[in-house]
Amino acid sequence: MSSTIETAVAPSGHAHAAHHWHEDPETHLAHHFDTPQQQFDSGKLGIWLFLVTEILFFSGLFCAYTIYRHFHPEVFVYASKFLDTNMGFINTLVLIFSSLTAAWAVRNAQLNQKKSLVINIVLTIACAFAFMGIKYVEYSHKIHDGLLPGPAYTRGLEPPAAAAAGHAAAVDPTAGMDRPDNVHIFFGIYFFMTGLHGFHVLAGIVVWLWLLKRAIKGEFNTKYFGPIDYAALYWHIVDLIWIYLFPLLYLIH
Amino acid sequence: MSNTAHADTHHGHADHGMAHVASVPSLLGTFGLLVVLTFVTVWVAKHPLGAIDIWVAMGIATIKATAVGLYFMHLRHDSGFNRLVFLASFLFVFIFIGFAMMDRGQYDPTINWQEALPKFQAPAK
Repeated sequence: MSSTIETAVAPSGHAHAAHHWHEDPETHLAHHFDTPQQQFDSGKLGIWLFLVTEILFFSGLFCAYTIYRHFHPEVFVYASKFLDTNMGFINTLVLIFSSLTAAWAVRNAQLNQKKSLVINIVLTIACAFAFMGIKYVEYSHKIHDGLLPGPAYTRGLEPPAAAAAGHAAAVDPTAGMDRPDNVHIFFGIYFFMTGLHGFHVLAGIVVWLWLLKRAIKGEFNTKYFGPIDYAALYWHIVDLIWIYLFPLLYLIH
Repeated sequence: MSNTAHADTHHGHADHGMAHVASVPSLLGTFGLLVVLTFVTVWVAKHPLGAIDIWVAMGIATIKATAVGLYFMHLRHDSGFNRLVFLASFLFVFIFIGFAMMDRGQYDPTINWQEALPKFQAPAK
């Protein structure tokens, strides 16, 4: 880092000319940076620090999961039967594919491939919407069946007459199993973990839409691709968290 | 110090861009590995292995996460400092969850479940 603290001369040799208030349209070099490289490296360190806070943010929920599963494994074995493994599996593939397109978008931006960049960003956004669509279907089923956190949990707690007349699920995935106490704890953890993750997907959609607009305008190039790189790193973290959530929530037996 | 100091724009990279460009084979290879491991983890889940289940599942997830980190997130070619910053977060997560588990284990015998259970929870069965 020491070399970048010193006054550096830009490769083009007009370092001081770049110290005006308006950004250079090609490099978008802000006045407080000396070179595009310095600007890029600073942004990169910034996004890594942000990702660290994201990991620590999610770790609170992973901690709750670890403690509850360790001390009440029967609740997790029973309650996870209500989750649709196929939907979780498809969503895993959707997110992995969107990670590929996001990583590819970074390559496109670095190599001035404007058209491919736009296509890869569009694919990433499409996958994000597909993920949220599947999540919506899953959440709808859970809400319909009363598989909810805390006092909202009603499944199997209603009087027998009401249950018989009501909308009990056609197929009971837990047939033959005894319902343990405090099943709602699992759904508290499920909704908070997948919900916080889902909010990150929604935030990612907003960021990618903004970058799509800029990519269509042709703002990214070999000397200025930081925002695409940073957004992709964020997107990979969202994927990475799902990689753990899928087996932890859906694949318990 | 002086105007003649040149910014080192390469940071040891072999290429001449501002950062490493991922090759198409590395992107597709990483994607393929992730898809295969997703199938593996689902397949393994259908064949109960007993107590090591969770460790197998977490092991596969960690291989996937490592692939994402090294290739999609370019950690393999990123600066050592960025790698250190990122990996350090997992150390702190480990300390956080480890200490919380130890604490929870210590006071476990003192919990009175009859008092601790929420009022709205109907009895099991």
